Amino acid sequence: MTASGWLQILALVGVLSAITPLLGAYIHAVFTGERVLLARVLGPLERRITRLLAGAEPAGQDWKEYAVCVVLFSAVCWLGLYVLLRTQAIEPFNPQRFHGVPWDVAFNVASSFASNSSWQFYSGESTLSNFSQMAGIAVQGFFSGAVGLSAAIAIARGFANRSDKQLGNFWVDLVRSLLYVLAPLAIAGSLFLIAEGSVQTLAANVHLRTLAGLRQTLALGPVASQKAITLLSSDGGGFFGVNSAMPFEDPTGLANFVEMVMVLALPAALTYTYGRIVGNRRQGWALFGVMAVMLLGAAAVAYPAESIPSPSMRAAGVHGANMEGKEQRFASSGSTLSAVAATASGDGSTNAALDSFTGLGGSIPLANMMTGEVIFGGVGSGLFGMLLMVLLAVFIAGLMVGRTPEYLGKKIEAREIKLVTVGAIAVPLIVLFMTAWAISARYGLRSIFNAGPQGFSETLYAYTSQANNNGSAFAGYAGFVQPHAGNAGAHGIAFADLAGGAAMVIGRYLPMLAALAVAGSLAGKRTIAAGEGTMRTDTVIFAALLIATISIVALLTFVPSLMLGPLVQALTPRVF
Amino acid sequence: MVRQLRSAVLALVIFTLLLGLLYPLTLTGAGQLLWPHQANGSRIERRGRVVGSALIGQDFDGRPRYFQSRPSASAYDPARTAASNLGPNSATLTSELRARLAAFLRRERPYDPALTAAAVPADALTASASGVDPDISLANARIQAHRVAAVRGLALSTVLKLIAAHGEGAAGGLFGPTSVNVLALNLALEAEPAR
Repeated sequence: MTASGWLQILALVGVLSAITPLLGAYIHAVFTGERVLLARVLGPLERRITRLLAGAEPAGQDWKEYAVCVVLFSAVCWLGLYVLLRTQAIEPFNPQRFHGVPWDVAFNVASSFASNSSWQFYSGESTLSNFSQMAGIAVQGFFSGAVGLSAAIAIARGFANRSDKQLGNFWVDLVRSLLYVLAPLAIAGSLFLIAEGSVQTLAANVHLRTLAGLRQTLALGPVASQKAITLLSSDGGGFFGVNSAMPFEDPTGLANFVEMVMVLALPAALTYTYGRIVGNRRQGWALFGVMAVMLLGAAAVAYPAESIPSPSMRAAGVHGANMEGKEQRFASSGSTLSAVAATASGDGSTNAALDSFTGLGGSIPLANMMTGEVIFGGVGSGLFGMLLMVLLAVFIAGLMVGRTPEYLGKKIEAREIKLVTVGAIAVPLIVLFMTAWAISARYGLRSIFNAGPQGFSETLYAYTSQANNNGSAFAGYAGFVQPHAGNAGAHGIAFADLAGGAAMVIGRYLPMLAALAVAGSLAGKRTIAAGEGTMRTDTVIFAALLIATISIVALLTFVPSLMLGPLVQALTPRVF
Repeated sequence: MVRQLRSAVLALVIFTLLLGLLYPLTLTGAGQLLWPHQANGSRIERRGRVVGSALIGQDFDGRPRYFQSRPSASAYDPARTAASNLGPNSATLTSELRARLAAFLRRERPYDPALTAAAVPADALTASASGVDPDISLANARIQAHRVAAVRGLALSTVLKLIAAHGEGAAGGLFGPTSVNVLALNLALEAEPAR
């Protein structure tokens, strides 16, 4: 551990705190229809596309109409990507002449990218054409990010609305998300990444002879443009199999820091936007505070855990930090912080091999996701996931003092709590069910790479990551086995591909629909003026209660499974 | 419902054209115009021939005249990036590490008799995350300096000076430790006249 390592962690939270109000206010302006600066340039384009999608005068939608649009658009995106992957052999920009992707892998990939997970059973550089990467994979980063963003804005409107049931118009929100929020940030991010060393070309790979006279092939592609959007939208898919560890994706320590900021920027900013929408900025800052404290807590455990030798290293007499599966330019500080940022957010683009993290260090990324991706979380999904937890905390507090729970002056009743429970329980159920299935069936065990408890950890991680739409991996866990480059003879482990694909789709849309339904239920509810006995939800005490609620729910659900995998390895010096 | 389905298909088509093609193609153009060196993979040429990328580590094949890169789980192939993915309590990893430690000591100790196992830094023995880590730690480079200087007939101080000149750390070490790019260092060595 070094002082600069700790300083980097603090700098990350500092930078986030500084940009949250700026970016948050901008997003608020975009969605309240204020004429932002960009509208002078893109206004005509926005109006034309909106007219095509939603008609000349877009009508307001209640939660059901809004949800139908969300589901339809996502389904169309899924199908489009599936077809594109299956047929990549006959499409342009395929300098390596890759074949179409097998059906089970394509199912997993389409589910993965349409649901903003970007779990990757394949290695991009040896499986996908540039066309599939640009028009298939990268563009889904825009779409799934915009869907999450739009849904979160609609849900926030529902929480705020006092007089009507309308949440906005999905198509209007979608177009604004894409044109005014994601596209400009992605362009700026891409240019920065290219300047730092990320590649951006459509040329074929370069074959060369190294200084020592050996053959080497530089895999190139439109990397920077894809990297930027997958970071900003919590998609997190890597152009290369090892994601941000590849120097062409994350070339320098500075690039790494900026990439972590890009990953957390929008989910953080949305807390401020939320505060503005509900007319009380402190409500937004309370959520930001809870997220920031939990992020710092995760980093404070993981960084020391990765700065010592692993049991494997000790047994071999190797000294120093656990550098297996880490890059020298990031060392244990930048690698661990990136893992924390990538799993606290819904992004999942890590720059290290999490499978090689120590027992304790590796349980932190798992625990981050097990909170239900609410420590900043995915773009939009982090905010509405957190709002569900807020209602749960309010409900628990109400039970303790024996009062009808209220939030933002609205009574929280049986209907809302039932929906919250569905949203909060669905994902853990999928995780535990799929993990249990995968480790008890022969075809599930085929995916496991490491022996001993680590094999269980890999399985648990795979389904936690997929059901929570994160996408990071204990990457020894295999679905897509590709023995030769050029994907001839490619075959998948169909069970892992299909089970994971299903987990990602359910894990994405069940909580989103539950949150939309809660918003629909709260929209139009009369508010009650705060009185003597009203519990305030913008105070430090409530923030502490919220952290306790999130932790208790996650712990009660997952401690037994954590004990079977990563924690047992943290407690023993044995090697398996 | 049908109307919304039509909108969904239209949205997919319009934005795939704008963000799936126009966006990456425009940025490809901009990258090629503004930063062609980086956009094409930071290639390094020597005597008119591309010998590698400044960002991609390569295999120096155990040749004693070169500084050696970190171990790689992917045979230093940037077209098939991979980490070992061996777990923290893996017996396989332990035996690999043991073999690498023995090989490292066998290679360096003849030139640096004071070298102990405890002094070998972790980056010299562990496989990187990408398989093509271009950097090694300063401590690792300083140990290897003894061998490289002896084999090339250079003064140790000359090689240490080269290492110091090639040490890179982003923002004074805030964003990562001071490291040495192995390819750049070896290229600089080739330009150094023997004593």
